[in-house]
Amino acid sequence: MVEWQPVILSIKVASISVLFVFFLGVLSAYVMRNTDIPGKAALESFFTLPLVLPPVVIGFLLLILVGKQGPVGILLTKYFDMQIIFTQSAAVLAGTVVSFPLMYQSTKAAFEGIDKTLEDAARTLGASEWRVFWTVTIPLSWPGLVSGLVLSFARTLGEFGATIMIAGNIPGKTQTIPLAIYFATESNDLITAGMYVIIISVITFSIIFGLNHWKGKNITLH
Amino acid sequence: MLTVDIKKKLSDFTLNISFTAPNKTIVLFGPSGCGKTTILRCIAGLLKPDEGSIVSNATVFYSSTKAIHLPPKKRNVSYMFQDFALFPHMNVKHNIWYGVKTPSQEANELYEKLITLLKIEHLPHRSISQLSGGEKQRVAMARALMAEPQILLLDEPLSALDAQSRYELQDELKRLQEIWNIPFILVTHSPEEAQAIGSEVLFLHQGQQVSEPPPSWNMNGNGKTTRSSFQYFY
Repeated sequence: MVEWQPVILSIKVASISVLFVFFLGVLSAYVMRNTDIPGKAALESFFTLPLVLPPVVIGFLLLILVGKQGPVGILLTKYFDMQIIFTQSAAVLAGTVVSFPLMYQSTKAAFEGIDKTLEDAARTLGASEWRVFWTVTIPLSWPGLVSGLVLSFARTLGEFGATIMIAGNIPGKTQTIPLAIYFATESNDLITAGMYVIIISVITFSIIFGLNHWKGKNITLH
Repeated sequence: MLTVDIKKKLSDFTLNISFTAPNKTIVLFGPSGCGKTTILRCIAGLLKPDEGSIVSNATVFYSSTKAIHLPPKKRNVSYMFQDFALFPHMNVKHNIWYGVKTPSQEANELYEKLITLLKIEHLPHRSISQLSGGEKQRVAMARALMAEPQILLLDEPLSALDAQSRYELQDELKRLQEIWNIPFILVTHSPEEAQAIGSEVLFLHQGQQVSEPPPSWNMNGNGKTTRSSFQYFY
């Protein structure tokens, strides 16, 4: 039987992940573009890694990192008396990590498309770097940023491998749509699985359709 | 008064230039790639010279010996870029007001004065994509002067315009310089433009000052050289 909880949880997890991913993606792309830090090429590859590694590998690495015995897990328990493994926070973490490269790449491409002379013009008109960023860089790269946000949201919505590794499948707590589909299929409940498939397909299609509509005829998903 | 004495290594040669700009229109004349734009970018603070100094009135913009390199926002130098660099996502009015720190009665008056002087009273709510080349030039000029700069840098300001607009705007540039009475430093490779606007002309070749104008200087249509009417730097 279809329950709405996995649907609501999936949307909640994807929305929160996208917030983190937006700030992390924009910040990383900005720093990579405007500074000459050593090891830039290696860092660039590292940022793209979650896109090319199997999600289950990402999940495994996160488990090692934030699990009860992992370095971050130990710190969280010691100082905040908190565990994120098998919680909704873990699902958000998994979503954020796997969708980060999409936001990063979209933002990077959007920033590269900006005429740097416009930013220089703002600087010579007395604008601080902060003002240049908010009044010139961000507005001019907005279409690329929205693409990144939408793709990241859709990616998080469909996240399975990393999520099951660190958030598990606790019905009513950490079960998102993809997990519900898998476990419904496993228990031979094809109707429920099929319903979830339809629901996630409709949501994802609507988002991408909305994006393309917004962008008019210039459908350029970076 | 602006004093520039800088060196900067570029890919093909080393820029080595020294000049003083009074409150007049100074033209940096030379072929493409001779380092003209680099000089403007160094004055604006968008590029850092390797050594030397740039001093405007009592303000040190750059000094290698004192390790000073003021960021562009602290220099109060407006820069009119070759392609005008108007913000495409803002309308004309927002572009012009961009450099104003705090709106005031004086700023309002300056705005009204500028749009009247530059004959762009009918444009404030237009988007940048709706402007002609000449209109863009005027809006860029208004934006640059609205920031109340103590120096105005102009990079090939008329090169993107047709002949008719060019003649009109040459006169306006001269008039605006007289009214504002600050150094206008203009870069061009057009002898016609240099002769029409410049009070003083500095000839450049591969990043160095040269005393003789390049051959292109005399190619102004009538074959006459107006060199004798210019005050050179040496």
